[in-house]
Amino acid sequence: MFNRKSLGLFAIAALMGLNAFFPSIAQADTKTVKITAIVEHPALDSTRKGVRDILAENGYKIGENLNWEFQSAQGDVGTAGQIAKKFVGDAPDAIVAIATPSAQAAVAAARGHIPVVFSAVTDPVAAKLVKTWKTPGGSVTGVSDMLPLEKHLGLITEAMPAVKTIGVPYNPGEANSVILVELFTKTAESQGIKVITASAPSSGDVLMAVRSLVGKVDAIYVTTDNTIVSAFEAVVKVGIDAKIPVFAGDTDSVSRGAAAALGFNYYDLGRQTGQIVLEILQGKKAGSIDVQGVDKTDLHVNPASALKMGLKLSEDLIAKATKVIQ
Amino acid sequence: MSLIAFLGAIETGLLFGIVALGVFISFRILDFPDLTVDGSLPMGAATSAMLIVNGVNPFVACLCAIIAGAGAGLVTAWLNVRLGILHLLASILTMIALYSVNLRIMGKPNQALLGEETVFTPFEAMIDLPYYWVTPLVLLGIILIILVLLNLFLSSELGLGMRATGVNARMASAQGIKTGKMKMMGIALSNGMVALAGALFAQIQGGADISMGVGVIVVGLAAVILGEATFSTRTIILATVGCVVGSILYRVVVALALNADFIGLQAQDLKLVTAVLVVLAMTLPGARQKMAKRKLVKGALK
Repeated sequence: MFNRKSLGLFAIAALMGLNAFFPSIAQADTKTVKITAIVEHPALDSTRKGVRDILAENGYKIGENLNWEFQSAQGDVGTAGQIAKKFVGDAPDAIVAIATPSAQAAVAAARGHIPVVFSAVTDPVAAKLVKTWKTPGGSVTGVSDMLPLEKHLGLITEAMPAVKTIGVPYNPGEANSVILVELFTKTAESQGIKVITASAPSSGDVLMAVRSLVGKVDAIYVTTDNTIVSAFEAVVKVGIDAKIPVFAGDTDSVSRGAAAALGFNYYDLGRQTGQIVLEILQGKKAGSIDVQGVDKTDLHVNPASALKMGLKLSEDLIAKATKVIQ
Repeated sequence: MSLIAFLGAIETGLLFGIVALGVFISFRILDFPDLTVDGSLPMGAATSAMLIVNGVNPFVACLCAIIAGAGAGLVTAWLNVRLGILHLLASILTMIALYSVNLRIMGKPNQALLGEETVFTPFEAMIDLPYYWVTPLVLLGIILIILVLLNLFLSSELGLGMRATGVNARMASAQGIKTGKMKMMGIALSNGMVALAGALFAQIQGGADISMGVGVIVVGLAAVILGEATFSTRTIILATVGCVVGSILYRVVVALALNADFIGLQAQDLKLVTAVLVVLAMTLPGARQKMAKRKLVKGALK
């Protein structure tokens, strides 16, 4: 009886042993970079691509002299911890952790033994990843994705000078969104614009949350909220149905139907992160590299989509855009 | 698989073993499908994190987390027993409500604990081993204590009453067992344990996060069932140990799936690989028995 049941355990053990037959082929000058994200979603995936491209451009080719591994926790915080420990156990030259929960797990697991570069974390000091932005010390540094919110508001008021109220759907469970929405509300109110929020705790709630804004707001602004962005089509649908222009906080969302977005793209954020990784691979201590914010912004507009939402974008605005989606 | 990754899997497995034991009490002993755990795990994490950040001793913080979780369980059982709401729905209602409660407790969705003193800090100074050994060892100690206490409880008069309630509530009631009270106590105990797991999890992982609870019930149930499939369930002691074994097995499977790149699998395949490996672990023993039977039949025909 017991023997029969232990066969399953044995099978697992055998599989584990199998792993040892496929060791990674390591050379003396090969660098190892391990990258993890809490979940797959377009912005986080672009960040990862940015890191990989900058490394490739600087002579680190995957399979030649760069050992590159990506793991996603697929939304499970327990798995995020396991990935972090696996990475630490593999002793790479640098760990890149994308988004707050993954970054916290990586920093907790690395314990200063392995350099951790975080990315797409809005407030790294509040998340206790680093003590200060300037020369953080220890073995952790990275890039924050704090948005230039004043510029975002400026874009909305430029496109819609008569705007009085702005609706902001967000997930109150996302650390980054809460901070962003709070700051955006403050910025808007100082300019006499009212902000109405709608909460969507999961991507399935987005449609209903945005619908609750109809009739109350002149425009909808979507910040870099993972939940809302993953269901962005629902926001666009309501925007078109109710003729409320939708503005986004990331440029990737413009091709998905937002009228306009001024922001950075996560690919550039990834490239910035990659630069830091590069410096660490070349021997610099992570703690001596300043935590960076995004400064490169570009304007993407989608005049056709805007028109469907009842907004005609001015020629000036379109001329200023770095990319016009047809 | 590196030693740190393997010990990490054991560590997470032991931790979720506490969750599995909690789920075992509600699902198996009381026959009460309780989804509250998706909310009580982050509740334990949030409670302990906030207390620790505000300077409370981490052990006291864990105790408060247990009380908070037990309170959540009590609400679920109360909704069911006193208000007559279907058990599944009652637990879903509490789980939903806890999302807001947890946000209130923390005042934000993420409370970092990196660099704070935790229950593991004193042991790190005491045990002369690399840091990655300390956490699993401490967790092993904690889970052994829980197993002993739980088994003592389940074989006490009170515990037997609880088990009778789950097996046949009407008969138990006829024997003078207050089944309503038993349910309340059991579900409170179950959620208190899950909250403790959440509190420890936050201290290991470097912070409490509102999304921590997503899918906890699925992982807990998988561990219980995996334990039943691979381990004996003849006695209550073996069954409870089986929960912990199942949980560790599940995490080792996840660790394996993370190392599955050598056969061309990629990051996005993680959950699929995990599911397939769990299916294999559960069906291989049965398949072998079937083959043995077939041979026997063939032999008999000849």
